[in-house]
Amino acid sequence: MAEHPVVVVGAGPVGLSLAIDLAQRGQAVVLLDDADRIGEGSRAICFSKRSLEFWDRLGVGQRMVDKGVVWSVGKIFHGDQQLYQFNLLPEEGHKRPAFINLQQFYAEAYLVDRVGEFSVVDLRWRNKVTGLEQRNDHVLLTIETPDGPYRLRAGFVVACDGARSSLRQMVGAEFAGQVFEDQFLIADVRMTAAFPTERWFWFDPPFHAGRSALLHKQPDDIWRIDLQLHPDADPAVEKRPENVRPRIARMLGHDKFDFEWISLYKFQCRRMDKFLHGRVIFAGDAAHQVSPFGARGANSGLEDAENIAWKLDRVLRGTSPEALLESYHTERSAAADENIRESTRSTDFMAPVSQQEARLRRAVLSLAKETEFGKRMVNGGRLSVPSTYDTPLSTADADIWRGGPRPGASMPDAPMAAAANGQSMFLTEAFIGKGARFTLLEFGNGGAVDAPDGVQTIRIGGDDGLVDARGLAGARYDAEPGTAYLLRPDGYVAARFRHPTRQALDAALKRATGLNRGVS
Amino acid sequence: MTLSTSSNFTKPDDAFRAIVEAHRGLSEAQSADLDAALVLVLANHIGDIAVLNEAIALAKRRMLDASQQQQQQQQQ
Repeated sequence: MAEHPVVVVGAGPVGLSLAIDLAQRGQAVVLLDDADRIGEGSRAICFSKRSLEFWDRLGVGQRMVDKGVVWSVGKIFHGDQQLYQFNLLPEEGHKRPAFINLQQFYAEAYLVDRVGEFSVVDLRWRNKVTGLEQRNDHVLLTIETPDGPYRLRAGFVVACDGARSSLRQMVGAEFAGQVFEDQFLIADVRMTAAFPTERWFWFDPPFHAGRSALLHKQPDDIWRIDLQLHPDADPAVEKRPENVRPRIARMLGHDKFDFEWISLYKFQCRRMDKFLHGRVIFAGDAAHQVSPFGARGANSGLEDAENIAWKLDRVLRGTSPEALLESYHTERSAAADENIRESTRSTDFMAPVSQQEARLRRAVLSLAKETEFGKRMVNGGRLSVPSTYDTPLSTADADIWRGGPRPGASMPDAPMAAAANGQSMFLTEAFIGKGARFTLLEFGNGGAVDAPDGVQTIRIGGDDGLVDARGLAGARYDAEPGTAYLLRPDGYVAARFRHPTRQALDAALKRATGLNRGVS
Repeated sequence: MTLSTSSNFTKPDDAFRAIVEAHRGLSEAQSADLDAALVLVLANHIGDIAVLNEAIALAKRRMLDASQQQQQQQQQ
């Protein structure tokens, strides 16, 4: 039986993106999915700046943005009164917006198209994993297909098979956490409306007394509506279009809309104890689940994918030890905890579980009308931002910094110009231009250092570097002449130096690639 | 910063009185509403999560002491 280095299970946004990332790094991938095509229904709709930057690296970001609805402003209402509004990307000079809204099926369709451009990705629909045996140096999968079962030998398996992951059950892992009692109804309706492309959230709206509601625009004149129901509401009754319609008509002030999709759900916030089980790695909803308020589901799954892809690539090439994969669990389980914490807080605020919690919420909402601090305490969902990792892959700062991304943080974007022709570009594009590999980002005029073997260089300033005409890169990276950042292949900062020495860079690279075992 | 438990008001009776009077004439539920808002306003004014956590711990410890005392009295 031939051994496949990586088998990815689940062709959702996470599995597809992971397969593309691995393929771009030169790895052959078998991608299995038990359905016969991409999923139906809008499901995830908000994709973050971080996800778009990842998709840019995969060559699909522009298509997503072209189709998607770009937004960065959210408004929070209490009753019929606006409490406050927030802008998730108040500064300019970034290639990507704070968020786009795009139905998950579009995202998946574009990713499937992109997968088709890689001969090394073998996408097999209607392939259902029914058995899994862990061996010392491989995993043996049993797969059911319409043409009968077969077995597949995999070096590593990445399970991206969703919240009801069957692989999670096969490895016998628990998936414990908190279930929230309140039910929510999602309806996607088709209508032409003049609402702005903003995220509108209501507490106790006039059209849905005592509960909360959300309105959000998607492409194709589709609007996402989220209504909190009473905990004792009967799902079967609530879901009937004749019961949903009058409620939404009250919200919109008219009934000139058609239903695209109606779904009812309860929240769960939970995660696996360990994201690594032998040679089976869990990512996305299979590994962790959050409530949807905050757009932390699909986006955190995509962050999982970008995190594991380069590490798996190095392990498969033999340039890093398998222990490097442990950092995936360290970094992404901490991110999952953060996402669960944020989303639990939002959910508790929307659905207070005791009289006293309800009382505190009432106090916050009433204080928000006249105080700044009250507005900031109102929690209608805290939207997904990338985590900063406390990770053994980072080299601790030894120099003095007043700002800039610390080791473990993701790289901020900035507008640049090419030295040769003055053509404008973004720093994230320069990083992609170097192949999204370990990259030394150097601010010039400080005496360049030779980058270690295999490390790319982006130079800003100096005679031949990128031009930071508006000084935004310098400001966002707290740069002085000679400042250098070592970026990981996923665009996170591994180390930074005011004046790096070759020795310090070598040590930082070893640490970031898991080659420093036994070295303190 | 740590929670200050020394006496900070020049006239502590004025402070206690101000809070008592704010509750005069309120029902239990209204009083609870007032307290909730007051706690949030004061917590924000302190603006230090470590101090807030200390204050919560002190208040909770006192509750524990009070309930133990009550139990002892009942046993006697």
